[in-house]
Amino acid sequence: MAMPPYATPGEKVVITAFRLFCAAVFLFLIGPILVIIPLSFNAEPYFTFTKDMLSFNPDGYSLRWYQDFFTSSDWLRSIQNSFIIAIAATIVSTVLGTLAALGLSSRFMPYRAAVMGLMISPMVVPLIISAAGMFFFYSKTGLVQSYAGVILAHAVLGTPFVVITVTSTLMGFDHSLTRAAASLGASPIRTFFKVVLPLVTPGVVSGALFAFITSFDEVVVVLFISGPEQRTVPIQMWAGIREQISPTILAVATLLVVLSILLLTTLELLRRRSERLRGMSPG
Amino acid sequence: MKKLLTTAILAGASALSAQQASAAEGTFAIVSWGGAYEMSQQRAYVEPWVKQNPGLNVIFENKAQTALAGLRAQVQANNVVWDLVDMLPSEAIIACDEGLVEPIDADVILAAAPDGTPASKDFIAGSLGECFIPQIVYSTIVAFNSEMFPADKQPSSMADVFDLENFPGKRSLQRKPINNLEWALIADGVPADKVYDVLSTPEGVDQAFAKLGTIKDQVIWWEEGAQPPQLLADKEVAFGSAYNGRIFNAQVNEKQPFQIIWDGQVFELDGWVVPKGKLDVAKDFLHFATDTQRLADQAKYISYGPARTSSAALVSTHADTGIDMKPHMPTYEPNFQNAIAKDDLFWADHLDELTERFNAWLAN
Amino acid sequence: MTSIAAPLTTADGQPLKVSLRRAQRRSRLRAVALVLPLFLFLVISFLMPIAEMLLRSVENPEIVELMPRTTEAIQDWDGQGLPPEAVFQAAREDLVAGRLARNIGTVGSRLNYEFSGGRSLITRSSRQAARWEAPFKDAMIAADRRWGDPEVWQIIQREAEPYTLSYYLAALDMAYTPDGEIVKKPAQQSIYVDLFWRTIWMSMLITALTLVLGYPVAYLLATLPLRYSNLLMILVLLPFWTSLLVRTTTWIAILQTQGVLNDMLVWVGLIGNQSRAQMIYNQTGTIVAMTHILLPFMILPLYSVMKTISPAYMRAARSLGAPPFIAYLRIYLPQTAPGIGAGGILVFILSIGYYITPALVGGESGRFITNFVAYHMQVSLNWGLAAAIGTILLGAVLILYWLYNRLIGIDSLKFG
Repeated sequence: MAMPPYATPGEKVVITAFRLFCAAVFLFLIGPILVIIPLSFNAEPYFTFTKDMLSFNPDGYSLRWYQDFFTSSDWLRSIQNSFIIAIAATIVSTVLGTLAALGLSSRFMPYRAAVMGLMISPMVVPLIISAAGMFFFYSKTGLVQSYAGVILAHAVLGTPFVVITVTSTLMGFDHSLTRAAASLGASPIRTFFKVVLPLVTPGVVSGALFAFITSFDEVVVVLFISGPEQRTVPIQMWAGIREQISPTILAVATLLVVLSILLLTTLELLRRRSERLRGMSPG
Repeated sequence: MKKLLTTAILAGASALSAQQASAAEGTFAIVSWGGAYEMSQQRAYVEPWVKQNPGLNVIFENKAQTALAGLRAQVQANNVVWDLVDMLPSEAIIACDEGLVEPIDADVILAAAPDGTPASKDFIAGSLGECFIPQIVYSTIVAFNSEMFPADKQPSSMADVFDLENFPGKRSLQRKPINNLEWALIADGVPADKVYDVLSTPEGVDQAFAKLGTIKDQVIWWEEGAQPPQLLADKEVAFGSAYNGRIFNAQVNEKQPFQIIWDGQVFELDGWVVPKGKLDVAKDFLHFATDTQRLADQAKYISYGPARTSSAALVSTHADTGIDMKPHMPTYEPNFQNAIAKDDLFWADHLDELTERFNAWLAN
Repeated sequence: MTSIAAPLTTADGQPLKVSLRRAQRRSRLRAVALVLPLFLFLVISFLMPIAEMLLRSVENPEIVELMPRTTEAIQDWDGQGLPPEAVFQAAREDLVAGRLARNIGTVGSRLNYEFSGGRSLITRSSRQAARWEAPFKDAMIAADRRWGDPEVWQIIQREAEPYTLSYYLAALDMAYTPDGEIVKKPAQQSIYVDLFWRTIWMSMLITALTLVLGYPVAYLLATLPLRYSNLLMILVLLPFWTSLLVRTTTWIAILQTQGVLNDMLVWVGLIGNQSRAQMIYNQTGTIVAMTHILLPFMILPLYSVMKTISPAYMRAARSLGAPPFIAYLRIYLPQTAPGIGAGGILVFILSIGYYITPALVGGESGRFITNFVAYHMQVSLNWGLAAAIGTILLGAVLILYWLYNRLIGIDSLKFG
């Protein structure tokens, strides 16, 4: 929003105020997340900046919470669990979601709106309700307190994201490409793998990333249906927050923020690649 | 891309199967209360046991607050994963009546005292339940941070906890009606041995809630045992109700300036139950962990009294700092003057109703 | 006009219509086959759990299954005075059997929801039941006075049905009298209706706050050149991608009485060290933390709608003489209405379903109805009540979702 050269003084005031307001909102958005990064290096077991930290005295900073984290078998096991569950759930939801999105994008899909509604309903129904229902149902079927149960539950939560991203990618898909491939003699299967899939891949991967982060960060469902061996990073954090708020949690939080940044960057690079491939480039 | 996917699937599958395999072999899951208490069980019971049984993987689950629900779910699902659960006697009775836990024949499963007394006689009279094996006598008390009051005006009785004028500051109480209602009556002048009689009448309940209402705005409600010492240390509150061993741990190991008000302490037992179907798996550990020496050992790490009379004589000094444990025990004479024995039968009947009222009172 | 031509045929001699229909059917089947795996998966892993929860909210199996003889015998009782001897005998047999099978405690727990003392009545009686002798009516009343109270038997008769409404009544702060009428519970024991309203108005407040904060930011992002807006977008997406627990933890660190914000305020001199602001463990904590968490969900839909608005309209309005504010109000704002609707309903639905954040920073006054679902699942073990509250919440969300669908349509969901 550049200041137009013909702005009156009144308009200048309004525009400046507007910019300040937006800056404040950005600060509100990003400030808390950035604040914990220095806090995680606090040498004292407190949640605030000590005098040493504010005067940038090196004694006020330490890596002890990171050491705590990397040497604690509890935390390491929970990282292992989180990754196992998230990867397995992502695979399941990506495969099922991509297939479903391909079907939904077809012009011939009957009852399209209703089926689409069902596909994304896990995202709309409040998590506590899904968690309670899964707890009751898995109790009856013996899936509670098992890896399979948690993976299935997370796969359910991840599929809406895959469906949405892949269908929106397919909406921009130019069907004349498939017709061209057919006219050149390719079978439908070959067309799918050589023409459709490469163009749809960015959507699939971004859906998979959403599904991954959903499973990795998920805490409510895991609280209800997990057993002692399926403890994940969020559960460990939840227990830590409720029990003893040691800054080890802040160290974990910082590492998770770094993970988010990595995933976000991957997503952004993919989006640019997809736009390039489709012939649109950022302005 | 395809190769990446295949490798990922294979890696995931093999990791999963490896995990399942190790789970099947040597894992023993104990449910307890977390924090300093769990640590004392770890050091007194588990570490020596693991030395005798190398390769055994003992996992602690901090789910004792909601263990009854968990047991119900697991037994219903026919998939019990917990091997031993630390539970309060009131809940143990419910679990026993619902068939969620195994009945224990004390003289068959548990160890006799070193002088030959059978287990059923060695444990404190009336403490052994049909399914319940007691470990400790512990007490819920109100502690305060002495730095938040002038040196000449430190609180000393339960009435002081409800006195906002002379002893200002926030309080932290457990988010349950248990103990809070008893304390409100004590602060209002009801003698300790009449508390449950008064509480059994509707007027008594109203009296208790009215007294609680006088401090309601200043209360932060806790749900996990490790929260009150944390709040006291952070000086978020001046008074906090807590399990006495947690305060002891903060005083001794963390050098916090806490003091315990023993007036009105509500003491009860805490012990083990064995989930349905797990008797064979748990009985050896149970035999070991509840013998005379082990219960006395636990008293080296936390100030809870052992439930065996033969262990009481062996209680000595703190393992890390060497201080004498006896004055810190709930059952120590001077501490035991105005103590209330928690009435489990009263709460078995009235917990549902009073909790409903308590939640409604909290929400308004 | 020319005459109707002869029907067209395809190369194999079939009429075109038939061939077309056949080919279309093939395509339709292919589309359905692609969707089928996910459909079945969702039915089994999602719909059936929800159905199970609905079932649990009305299921009442305890007395029917664990006291079968009593259930049968009490069917014929008219509810006046005390039941006949046959019912007492049936009850005694059930108590003995239940004690042997070690499951009678469940009946005690169930009855205790209906009247205090139900648990001890059943468990104590079951221990003594084997020793009673006929006539059982006298024996039981002698063993425990409560067996002579007609209300106890009325309650047992009422609950000896496979399905019950009592959990829904409890969720709406109502109860059955022993006669079977439905009355409101006294104010001292009514929480849920108040809590529903509190959840709703706090969520509306949070939605309004996210709108006020998010609208200008979305406008800025939509109108800046792509170079800058991409960079600033990171400031919106990073919180979006950060774990919920992490964000809530940061607010605990910031809002605590001894936390970063209070420290700053004291240092600046705005408040004294002894009178720090209580910003956490109350409604303020919930509102601030949830506004922060849900803000990206408002900004992203608004942004995607605003990006499609051509700046030509505003320029045209200005060139026709409209002052900037009027131009904005009458030209720009209405075009952003779909974005406001989408973002608003999305944030609102998400907000009323949240549980973690109110549990960690809300204290008592900032608690949501969802916290009670979790409470009844894990602490009080009243699963029927948890399911009933959950079902009511689900109903509310489905209505809102239907509204959202009417206003916006599911197809327009994008995630940037």
